[in-house]
Amino acid sequence: MAVELTDAAPRARPPFYNDPRIRAIFFQAVVLGAVLLGSLYLVHNTIRNLESQGIASGFDFLNTTAGFSISMSLIDYSQQSTYGRAFVVGVINTILVSAIGVFLATILGFLIGVARLSPNWLLSKIAAAYVEVLRNIPLLLQLFFWYFAVLRALPSPRNSVQLFGSFFLNNRGLSSPSPVPQAGFTLVWVAFVVGIVATIAVRRWAKKRQEATGQQFPVFFTALGLILGLPLLAAIVTGFPLKWDYPELKGFNFVGGVVLIPEFVALVVALSTYTATFIAEIVRSGILAVSHGQTEAAYALGLRPGPTLRLVVIPQALRVIIPPLTSQYLNLTKNSSLAAAIAYPDIVLVFAGTVLMQTGQAVEIIGMTMACYLTLSLLISAFMNWYNKKMALVER
Amino acid sequence: MKVLKGLLAAAAVTVISTAAMAGTLDDVQSKGFVQCGVSQGLPGFSNPDQQGNWTGIDVDVCRAVAAAVLGDASKVKFTPLSAKERFTALQSGEVDMLSRNTTWTLVRDTALGLNFAGVNYYDGQGFMVRKDLGVKSALELNGASVCVNIGTTTELNLSDYFRANGMKFNPVVFEKADEVVAAYDAGRCDVYTTDQSGLAAQRIKLKDPSAHVILPEIISKEPLGPVVRHGDDQWFDVVKWSLYAMVEAEEDGVTSKNAAEMKASSENPNVRRLLGVEGDMGKNLGLNDDWAYNIVTQVGNYGESFARYVGPQTALGLERGLNALWKDGGLQYAMPIR
Repeated sequence: MAVELTDAAPRARPPFYNDPRIRAIFFQAVVLGAVLLGSLYLVHNTIRNLESQGIASGFDFLNTTAGFSISMSLIDYSQQSTYGRAFVVGVINTILVSAIGVFLATILGFLIGVARLSPNWLLSKIAAAYVEVLRNIPLLLQLFFWYFAVLRALPSPRNSVQLFGSFFLNNRGLSSPSPVPQAGFTLVWVAFVVGIVATIAVRRWAKKRQEATGQQFPVFFTALGLILGLPLLAAIVTGFPLKWDYPELKGFNFVGGVVLIPEFVALVVALSTYTATFIAEIVRSGILAVSHGQTEAAYALGLRPGPTLRLVVIPQALRVIIPPLTSQYLNLTKNSSLAAAIAYPDIVLVFAGTVLMQTGQAVEIIGMTMACYLTLSLLISAFMNWYNKKMALVER
Repeated sequence: MKVLKGLLAAAAVTVISTAAMAGTLDDVQSKGFVQCGVSQGLPGFSNPDQQGNWTGIDVDVCRAVAAAVLGDASKVKFTPLSAKERFTALQSGEVDMLSRNTTWTLVRDTALGLNFAGVNYYDGQGFMVRKDLGVKSALELNGASVCVNIGTTTELNLSDYFRANGMKFNPVVFEKADEVVAAYDAGRCDVYTTDQSGLAAQRIKLKDPSAHVILPEIISKEPLGPVVRHGDDQWFDVVKWSLYAMVEAEEDGVTSKNAAEMKASSENPNVRRLLGVEGDMGKNLGLNDDWAYNIVTQVGNYGESFARYVGPQTALGLERGLNALWKDGGLQYAMPIR
């Protein structure tokens, strides 16, 4: 005899005003509506105020002639360029200072972090002193120190220090000869790219071979040969298509060649040394986080301390190091806006400074500047998150 | 596009407040003081002295407005503003008026939503170099490094002048006037450029003022004057006529010392209207009848203010020049107070 299982009596549905699901939806809708209404009010109010005061608005100003010069620009820029182009120049200068700062800060930070853990007493104490001193002084003060220390130490252009024959150091910057590529230089570029691709391929092949047979291959020197040798070969074949533009003292300053302005040097040095202290502490904490058993096992297998650090400890430490390292990179990028204090033409000085003053359109300009920093920061953190995933230990 | 603009605006919306509308005169009368935007320290124009009191001809304009509106020239609070933030501070209502050696230009009068209430100093841009460079004229400055203050007409005029004369220069742009002067003094640049009055004022702050020379060329017109916001005609009139009252007082020979006596005994109709004995000039402006009398007794007339802070007897040592009265060949000309 089959027992028929019937459904239990249908659960009594509560009235709609007591149903948790409906209440949740209702309150979320109310909050969302309030937020939307609030934002709409703010937007409408701002537009109304701007119009009633007769303040210009809109993005048409980006096509107006700028009328001012910029002291350092990696792309062509003159007084007749537009405000939009000035924006691009500012963005490029910001990216330049941030990229070089990140690179130098990472190297310096890793070195100091490892030095602080060194068994050499003097080395670890010097590293500790460096970290403690530079970490606790505000960055703006350090920036002023480097800028005025750099400025005052250097002579005027007429008394420049001459290095290696054609490099001139004075308080307007370091003037060096710049290469002017002639026709036929593209072959050298192509050879350079080919060298890089070949290096990657060689490294992959060498790794596979090492895992299969245990034999090592001198990848580093091969890479050096490929990356330097192939372009050199191409240059010889095309007859060295490179002319040099030498700096010469004409009147007040050096003309010709490329000038590294002291504002740029001061900003890069200040940013790197300051951020390196934080990176050093992060690296130190990452290395200490790796169990000491790993190091002992590596020593037991006969590995020297150098390769142990490089092959066993650091790859595991990277899991702990990378997330806070991302924050430090973002800090460095945002701290580069201090350039406005020392006349380095980054986006804050050029766009949210001069252009803002000339056009008066504070809302659009600050919005664009904020969007620029937001984009840069999001790109950096996206890249670091991808790298973090790649470095994650795959558990078996 | 409007919505996109508006969304961007919402992000920076705290800059613009809703209270910056017409009615500044009422606001000032109810709160009891004038909020005056001045420079961060320009000798002769707006500079704190040893005791921390602000002095200068720009400061005197603000004090004149306070004397006219509130009857007491000391009821002013000062906000030091850099060249970069001065207009935003005025637009957003943070200050009631700007008296900060600001040049009157078309773009500022229109696109920035401001009104210029007159000219209290006619100036022009010049250059200052070290004497030992041996430069006698601005036309010899090709290829020089020039220190300049950010976001000013100075920056634009500099570019225009060098371009018009086929010369090149390297700009070094700072935010604060003090930083510009410090960099020039340290030798980072060969030339310092700003209005001639500014050059005279800042030269005092250099390590060795006598080692610097101001070149003879004047490359632009820089009419400096007080500024108020768009959309507030009554306040605009008050500030404008306070400045004119100072000039009119000098034209009629009324000084802070003889104002009381002139008010009691003068038969000159101009003087009687100015000092409130006849007519209802004050009522038309929304002020008391002794608005101009308070200005002249508490602040002085235009000539007294000029001589006290920037005249030939001061450290700046500037002649009246273009700022003399129209009767003496200058450009200071008060509109008739009638």
